[in-house]
Amino acid sequence: MSVSKEDVKHIAKLSKLNLTEEELEKYTTDLSNIVDFANELSNINVEGVKPTAHILDIRNVFRKDEVQPSYDREEILKNAPSKDAGCVSVPKVVE
Amino acid sequence: MDLYSLTLTEVAKKIKNKEVTIKEVLDSVYSRIKEVEPKVDAYLTLTQELAYDRAEKLQQRLDNGEDIGILGGVPVAIKDNICTNGVKTTCASKMLDNFTPIYSATVVKKLEEAGAIIVGKTNMDEFAMGSSTETAFAKDTKNPWDLTRVPGGSSGGSAAAVSADMAFASLGSDTGGSIRQPASYCSVVGLKPTYGLVSRFGLIAFASSLDQIGPFAKTVEDAALMLNVLAGHDKMDTTSANLEKVDYTEALVNDIKGKVVGIPTDFITDGINKDVRAAYDEAIETLKNAGAQIKEITLEYAKYSLATYYIIATAEASSNLGRYDGIKYGYRTKDFNDLDELYTKSRTEGFGPEVKRRIMLGTYVLSSGYYDAYYKRAQQVRTLIVENFKKAFEECDVIMIPTAPNTAFKFGAHDASPLEMYLEDIYTVPVNMAGLPGISVPGGFDTNGMPIGIQFIAKAFDEKNLLQVAYAFEQNTTYHNERPTIEEGK
Amino acid sequence: MKEYEVIIGLEVHAELSTNTKIYCNCSTSFGADPNTHCCPICTGMPGTLPVLNEKVVEYAVKAGLATNCEISRFSKQDRKNYFYPDLPKAFQTSQYDLPLCLGGHIDINVDGNKKSIGITRIHIEEDAGKLIHDAYTGDTLVDMNRCAVPLIEIVSEPDIRSADEAIAYMQTLKSILEYLEVCDCKMQEGSLRCDVNLSVRPVGQKEFGTRTETKNLNSFKAIHNSIEFEIKRQIEVLENGGKIYQETRRFDDAKGVGYAMRTKEDAQDYRYFPEPDLAPIILSDEYINDIKNSLPEMPHIKKERYIKEFGLPEYDAEILTASKKTAYFFEKANAICNNPKAVSNWIMGDFARMLNEKEIEIDESEVTEENLACLITLIDKGTISSKIAKQVFEDMFETGENAKEIVEKKGLVQMSDEGAIKEIVQRIVDANPQSVADYKAGKDRAIGFMVGQIMKETKGKANPQIVNKLLLEIINK
Repeated sequence: MSVSKEDVKHIAKLSKLNLTEEELEKYTTDLSNIVDFANELSNINVEGVKPTAHILDIRNVFRKDEVQPSYDREEILKNAPSKDAGCVSVPKVVE
Repeated sequence: MDLYSLTLTEVAKKIKNKEVTIKEVLDSVYSRIKEVEPKVDAYLTLTQELAYDRAEKLQQRLDNGEDIGILGGVPVAIKDNICTNGVKTTCASKMLDNFTPIYSATVVKKLEEAGAIIVGKTNMDEFAMGSSTETAFAKDTKNPWDLTRVPGGSSGGSAAAVSADMAFASLGSDTGGSIRQPASYCSVVGLKPTYGLVSRFGLIAFASSLDQIGPFAKTVEDAALMLNVLAGHDKMDTTSANLEKVDYTEALVNDIKGKVVGIPTDFITDGINKDVRAAYDEAIETLKNAGAQIKEITLEYAKYSLATYYIIATAEASSNLGRYDGIKYGYRTKDFNDLDELYTKSRTEGFGPEVKRRIMLGTYVLSSGYYDAYYKRAQQVRTLIVENFKKAFEECDVIMIPTAPNTAFKFGAHDASPLEMYLEDIYTVPVNMAGLPGISVPGGFDTNGMPIGIQFIAKAFDEKNLLQVAYAFEQNTTYHNERPTIEEGK
Repeated sequence: MKEYEVIIGLEVHAELSTNTKIYCNCSTSFGADPNTHCCPICTGMPGTLPVLNEKVVEYAVKAGLATNCEISRFSKQDRKNYFYPDLPKAFQTSQYDLPLCLGGHIDINVDGNKKSIGITRIHIEEDAGKLIHDAYTGDTLVDMNRCAVPLIEIVSEPDIRSADEAIAYMQTLKSILEYLEVCDCKMQEGSLRCDVNLSVRPVGQKEFGTRTETKNLNSFKAIHNSIEFEIKRQIEVLENGGKIYQETRRFDDAKGVGYAMRTKEDAQDYRYFPEPDLAPIILSDEYINDIKNSLPEMPHIKKERYIKEFGLPEYDAEILTASKKTAYFFEKANAICNNPKAVSNWIMGDFARMLNEKEIEIDESEVTEENLACLITLIDKGTISSKIAKQVFEDMFETGENAKEIVEKKGLVQMSDEGAIKEIVQRIVDANPQSVADYKAGKDRAIGFMVGQIMKETKGKANPQIVNKLLLEIINK
């Protein structure tokens, strides 16, 4: 397998996802298959080829520094699962 | 003839000429929805109340002699990953099941300015990840041509709604084929514009460098009209092209004498269904007979598009979907002891398996040590694909290939192997990789009576040529006149 | 104990003083009610897209040019992915491998020794929101007003060798940013703050020691104390045979202690990749030259000019030019009264002390440039004595009244009428025969006593030179 269980555990952690043992097995197989498939790209000679980050030749797309009214706080917080004192509320952040 | 079965162009004309009222049109569409939606399940939300309010206002303005826009009074449907102010927008995910945007996407504003009426939000694969609409959280949308089969995806609801006459047109989004492939499966017209032609502001991102909004319609003419409304620069979208306004309906001329149509013989090889192959060969004949010149071309890197796509799209998605963390909006787990549990449980419970698979794949290809081998290499191959198409278009005006290698499959057919499902996008993905415009037009039926789509591809921002060839093809065939039975197939 | 060498590099975050946020049109102004300077874009709502504020690029380029950096002709923005409640999109838009500015340096001055500190890079990025601890519920509240306020991060080379050098570097940088007017540098509001990367190594050792990063220091005192603390801690650990771990640390300035936040074990993998929703920034020579030509006179150039043009001592010139506001005040006041040394003395002396006591900046004071110049002119013309002037200045500082008006209102005009003064002098001499005798016996101090008496009599208004002259004349007669 090109992707190990340890790899999958690591990326699940980075992605903030929990996997059951069964899911871990399944995803390890799935991701390995897809990565094997993607590995066909390693046969292509890409020496000196510029990567395409944007399909359009865009550059310097700027906005003027002019203030426009912000949204009402009620609107901003409308979809928040938990709020308090005009803020989104989360469990205590420990540092 | 029922009003709902008219084309967009026809119904808009009838409203404008006051042969029918907007309410009558809306009544017809909602009664059709009442009749067939229980079988098709194309919609996630119906916005009946808002629609009737709007119909009344538009009718008043029309009666006052005002111009209410080129889509004045026409009911349309919107894919549920396009934000509608005050109307739930869920991406067919448990994660956003209760999410109501506080702003509207630019395309929604444009449709409304043009007088369209939104009848509802359509079902889709969760976060547009899938090719069958089976990854939707709430329900499966069925193919109106055979209710035991998928409508394609990810914009399956939008395709099915137009196919089953539950809207005159609809919006979809296309990241790797999500408009064209369901259009092909449901026998409607599906247009993916050039990347940058239509604003993405308000489209809930899947893969930012590939996503593009486009219309589903019953005819090429209707699609051109929709594009007239949707296209144009938006200062809210950095990647929106700033070009002069074009009237796409000017392309609707049934004359393609001398047009050169490219056939990438090296790309269409094994893995293609024989009925699709036959329909494709027939399409070549149709165009030949209409006076087009058929030219064999090569697209040697096109076959790498799919691998490239799954690296780039999932990498971008893994980042775009980070914001669904149970904090500001969306699903929050009920039971947590600390912040990390809140994050992890909300995301684990809120996302479905396909979304998780892609988030993890994307995280993998971006993670330390793999970036160069996967993401960077994929971007380089993307350059080769772009150049490949550029070279091909030196020899032809448009390229023609099937939209999908197969026709609509049965529910669950690809459950065991995600990779097999991914292969359904083989013919649509190269277009997204190169940022080109592509359109799927009804092009026949297989032996089970399931629709086959023919895809045309043009140079960037050359939608006019694209629409012209698509229009001529449609006018020289009759497949688009067939309507689905909305029953279970044999 | 071995001798240790300290290696320090600073990562300075400066909030840019643009009107709007980096990717949307919400205001950046400080101190608003929580979540009232927010829109769907800066709160990362689904479907939103960023559009870059043009001033952000301009300000960053200014900072780059003023710190002798090379300005990139091609630069791009990247996403840095991680989860945190103050980061609504779960990625921070920053710059990874192609920042706007590269390879500069600034000169610092510590106890008269000049030193050049290298600047590795300057890049643009967005700030995160603010987390507020709710003591009542124990939860954390998220205020997104600061989300997407534009920042530049200025990364130094590991050229700094002590807390004093770090402070000098920060002060110089602060002064440059203030001169450029790209950052208000209000450290107490967090608009200028820094992370300290620090390691120690035995003198003579070639390779660097393991470094720690102390995050988010927002006062000179905290920077200084955290460095002293961390140097001591690392040396102690090493001396006791321990090991330094690469870790992120916090410093509690109130308690004067630092502590580890997270260690390398749970190291982040930020999965940087180019931001697909933003365009590359491609700058022309013309654009860069236009900005170069518009840069104001920088503090070190100004300092040299003050020495040459005004004949000020280097010490004065250094202090006056350290802050743009002070330099501006000096130049404006001097243009009126044309007495650079006097203006300098006032600004560095009583005025500075009173500003400090009140904890305000020079431009927030009631005393205007015109007003100080007027006071100095009154002294120069002999209208008031320097002693009286101190009194007048205190009034000016408190009330903002004009010096001339205070002098007139309080009748503080200096007595220079020799006849009138002579009368008083005679009276004091007559009343103090013992002092006269003491003086004649060689006790010079007795003169001082009599001058004091005369000044008391005249409420300090008598011209001291005339008093001295007349007193000596009368006694020696």
